[in-house]
Amino acid sequence: MRRITGLLALAAAPVLVLGVLFVLPVAGMVAEGFVVDGRLAPGAVLDVLARPRVHRVAWFTVWTSGLATLLAVALGLPAAYALHRLALPGRTAVRAALLVPFVLPTVVVGVAFRQLLGEGGPLGFLGLDGTPIAIVCGLVFFNIAVVVRTVGVAWESLDPRPGQAAAALGASPWQVLRTVTLPALRPAIVGSASIVFLFCATAFGIVLTLGGVRYSTVETEIYLLTTTVFDLQAAAALSVLQIVVVVGLLALSARLRATPDPTAQRVVTPARAVRRSDAPVVVATLLVLAAMLLPILTLVLGSLTVGDGWGLDNYRALTTAGDDQVLLVPVTAALATSLRTAVDAMWMALLVGGVVSLIVTRRSHSVGERRVRSTLDGFFMLPLGVSAVTLGFGFLITLDEPPLDLRDSPLLVPMAQALVALPLVVRTLAPVLGGIDDRQRQAAASLGASPWRTLLTVDLPVAWKPMLAACGFAFAVSLGEFGATSFLARDTNPTLPIVIFRLIGHPGEMNYGMALAASVVLAVVTAVVVLAVERLRVPGVGAF
Amino acid sequence: MLALRDVTVRYGDTAAVDDVLLELAPGQVLAVLGPSGCGKSTLLRAVAGLEPLASGSIAWDGADLAGTPTHKRGFALMFQDGQLFAHLTVARNVAYALRLRRTPSARVAARVRELLDLVGLSGYDDRLPGTLSGGERQRVALARALAVEPRLILLDEPLSALDASLRERLAGDLRSILHAAGTTALLVTHDHEEAFALADRLAVMRGGRVVQQGAIDEVWREPVDEETALFLGYARVVRDDAAHRVLAAAALPPAYAVALRRSALVVDDAGSLHAVVESARVTPELVRLVVRVEGVGIVDAVAPLGGRVAPGDEVSLRVDVTRLAVLPITR
Amino acid sequence: MLHVRIRAALTASSLASVAALSLVGCSLVGGGGDGSTATEPSASSSGSSGAEQGGGTVVLATHESFHLPKKLVKAFETETGYDLEVRAAGDAGTLATKLSLTADNPIADAAFGIDNTFASRPLGEGAFAEVTTTATPPAEYALPEGGDRLVPIDSANVCVNVDTAWFEQEGLEPPRTLEDLTDDRYRDLFVTPGASTSSPGMAFFLATVAAFGDAWPDYWTELLDNGAKVVDGWEDAYYGDFTAAADNGTRPIVVSYDSSPAFTVSGGRTTTAALLDTCFRQVEYAGVLEGADNPEGAAALVDWMLTDEVQSALPESMYVFPVMPGATVPEDWAEFAPQSGDPFEVDPAEIDANREQWLTDWTDVISR
Repeated sequence: MRRITGLLALAAAPVLVLGVLFVLPVAGMVAEGFVVDGRLAPGAVLDVLARPRVHRVAWFTVWTSGLATLLAVALGLPAAYALHRLALPGRTAVRAALLVPFVLPTVVVGVAFRQLLGEGGPLGFLGLDGTPIAIVCGLVFFNIAVVVRTVGVAWESLDPRPGQAAAALGASPWQVLRTVTLPALRPAIVGSASIVFLFCATAFGIVLTLGGVRYSTVETEIYLLTTTVFDLQAAAALSVLQIVVVVGLLALSARLRATPDPTAQRVVTPARAVRRSDAPVVVATLLVLAAMLLPILTLVLGSLTVGDGWGLDNYRALTTAGDDQVLLVPVTAALATSLRTAVDAMWMALLVGGVVSLIVTRRSHSVGERRVRSTLDGFFMLPLGVSAVTLGFGFLITLDEPPLDLRDSPLLVPMAQALVALPLVVRTLAPVLGGIDDRQRQAAASLGASPWRTLLTVDLPVAWKPMLAACGFAFAVSLGEFGATSFLARDTNPTLPIVIFRLIGHPGEMNYGMALAASVVLAVVTAVVVLAVERLRVPGVGAF
Repeated sequence: MLALRDVTVRYGDTAAVDDVLLELAPGQVLAVLGPSGCGKSTLLRAVAGLEPLASGSIAWDGADLAGTPTHKRGFALMFQDGQLFAHLTVARNVAYALRLRRTPSARVAARVRELLDLVGLSGYDDRLPGTLSGGERQRVALARALAVEPRLILLDEPLSALDASLRERLAGDLRSILHAAGTTALLVTHDHEEAFALADRLAVMRGGRVVQQGAIDEVWREPVDEETALFLGYARVVRDDAAHRVLAAAALPPAYAVALRRSALVVDDAGSLHAVVESARVTPELVRLVVRVEGVGIVDAVAPLGGRVAPGDEVSLRVDVTRLAVLPITR
Repeated sequence: MLHVRIRAALTASSLASVAALSLVGCSLVGGGGDGSTATEPSASSSGSSGAEQGGGTVVLATHESFHLPKKLVKAFETETGYDLEVRAAGDAGTLATKLSLTADNPIADAAFGIDNTFASRPLGEGAFAEVTTTATPPAEYALPEGGDRLVPIDSANVCVNVDTAWFEQEGLEPPRTLEDLTDDRYRDLFVTPGASTSSPGMAFFLATVAAFGDAWPDYWTELLDNGAKVVDGWEDAYYGDFTAAADNGTRPIVVSYDSSPAFTVSGGRTTTAALLDTCFRQVEYAGVLEGADNPEGAAALVDWMLTDEVQSALPESMYVFPVMPGATVPEDWAEFAPQSGDPFEVDPAEIDANREQWLTDWTDVISR
């Protein structure tokens, strides 16, 4: 019992943070729908759930997100293996580049996709423009990095010997994968798949751009109901539906994500040389990369197109922001704002995410304790699965009085972004921390190490690499985040995605090219920063 | 029949296994003995197909295995710590290879029962590896390796993770199981006791090279050099005059160096060597002494129990010729 | 052992430096160089100080498209003694919802960017206070209800645009009216943003409602039968499909603004044209928020937005036409972007009352 109390005390800070920044606003916004003229009237909300349109929307959300998740996992696994276990040339750079889709503004990618898939585009013959398949492709494009990264990091520290034992028992590489490797990777796979699903299910811009207006998901429907139609009851109904489904999904994924065997050894396996037998994996990875490169290439080419020829004019225009009315601030200034915000979001996500990961992975001594831990685990995933629209408006109506008058705080944007990055941080760190044999911590303690020292000498060395991966993730999420940022950002210091959105929202020969150029700048900066963060690694730490 | 010809495995610039030549006849158990880091595990992994060869060849019955991946070699590998699949029950672990071959389930169940009987773990079917002791895990690993009657079983220090009494018991079990199954086995270990307990043949490895190989008693009797002798359990090596004196006392021709086991000198009033007892320690079977032998120096000796030998006593010693080895070294 | 300790020290120090970096140099918390946190007064303190000294801060809530030249803002601040703080975020619908939800505790002192399609909602929630302005905008822009609270600032007509160069090249007469768009000659040539997802899309839809009344579903059915393409946002239609703007565009007819032809000028003539008989007029309003901390400042701000300087800056800054007759518009605009004389209109109250039903029906029509 005392352990549970202690656990809850440790969890108090992050729970409080999430309570204020998430539960309170969402509850406030949902209450707007439930309370009519000062009286609780749940009937109207429940009526909404009976509408056939709501069923259609919910089903569409589930199947597109489910399919996109399956595809992201299926395509992401070979890439995770190739990029994290094989000594492919340039793999660090490719790994960083994989995060690029993450930060690209959906509007820009949407237009790039449509230039490819549209009637006059090079892939127009596929007839995918405006179909659900295009939506699914877009979702996979944006989310495959989640799978590659979370599974890749877990794969890197996976003990290769059980696989070798299986091979020596006559298991073919495919059988080794199916019977030994995948079960061992299950926590990471299920974890990343649930994140991808939540990202897909709450995707907004990409659904609208690629699906046209024929298809609605729960998320776009909530947006429509809240901002255009102002039907708060229906919006509340969908938000509640969303929360219920997300909680159910998280419970399911927690069951599938069996606790890792605490006696399994974590070893840092050096990447091995590529062999001829790796050809299928490498080819699959290259295909995935090529498919991902296509929209990006369209974008880069677009940014270099000037009139009928080629040139850097669009890029030059970015630096002479002062002359142009469209750009509120020079792109460099917007980029600086973006980077500053991202650094804040990164440390916030890492701090809270680190504490949460530690809490949820310590070994439980009773069933009650384990329940508390897994509930906490799911609790911190929730922000991913709940509508950003509901959350955003909730901020305005609940955090408006001292001492919680946050709606004007400049920190609100990084806080909102950190909330989005938090589950990614937890899902990257938790599987690795969970894999540390608790006896190592006990050994350190018995040798006189304080809990802090134990953390530093036992947990940190092992968690170091995944921590950097998580940093990169949080950073990229923040740089590319548009929904919350556009809702909250203030005009005096817009972030780069906001500037891009402005550029592409107006007619003019240069504007489109400049929007593309600014996107390319954003993508390159992201890739470089993520790469640098990963290079920060002190060689050999993690191997002790 | 396994044949290794000039096998070299490199990690970067260093050769972990250097030009190794080994042969292993069917039904035999070969132990590769060497200190940690000598390359013996790498050698084992190379045979399993887990390490690419820099040069040389590994062949089975004359067929080169270079193009054959691990899973098609038909060699079962048993790791030091068992490497049981943590997510599978004991029965499932043992049945693993059988299921890969789509063996009918009734057949699988019978074979699993048979194997668990063989390793003395009947009734453990539904346990998870996490709940087993170290010795039990090793036995499950052995049963798993034997399930499909591999043409060669590769054992990586199978007993070293276990405590002494368990090791002794399991060593006997393992030997009889291997013999009962008629399995050819290649064993690597740093523990000569383990090697003696299990193997018919011995190869001593050091610095990536095989320095000596042969039938186990042959190697044991004639270690090729001082280091090998010490590694095989000889306690001390004496040289020059000291060696002459010991050999003379044993009525053997003189040599430059002699390796002595701890029981090579025995307290015997008829013995021709004279010594002063430095220390004495009683063990269950005999008294172990450290003595200063005139003209030889400090060496070990034994006395029968009840001999009442105490430090400071003067004793006579005879030499047990089966417990020394003349080393083929010249100055 | 030693190198392990060195590694641990390096790890700790690099962690510390990351933390220091974020706290000192490159974070909003650290304040950076531009003093974004240090100099910005909090909203709660802005009002009271303003009321006492006739100065202080006036906060403007607006949508993401808001922009005015820095020079003008500076002039406003020197003349009136107020500091202007602009909070621009989200689209017009988001702004309307924000203002409606926070009617009892406003997020700003004044608001700009509520248009005639969204005006009823915040008015109904009592978000706006009465305001009188020094200058009087022409009556044609005034709202039928709430004219004393919302002041018209600018207008933009959403019209069907055509790629005249494309039509010339094809030797085809461009369409002129809404009806023409259902003509077989223009099959597969038209693209529009959706009414449910885009503000110009909504405006075009309202134009069809104004033109065809209750028969609009029949018109839309014909439109779709004639190969009309409905996309998400204006930028998808314009930059994704419109032949005059998109690299791989295949559709020379698009829903855009009457000012758009001014942006496709090359060699002294424009390559596109707005069809002036297909326009729906969007008027954007400004107002003082009920319960504002600084109502005087807010009123001064609304007044300022009607001055000739601001009105004349609107076309270049926000791509809209000024409402005040005294304002000047750029030459390109005057030459290439004539305004529609008689745009379609729908009563804001009617829009508010029917929006949900219309959108539901419209979605059903286009999903068929």
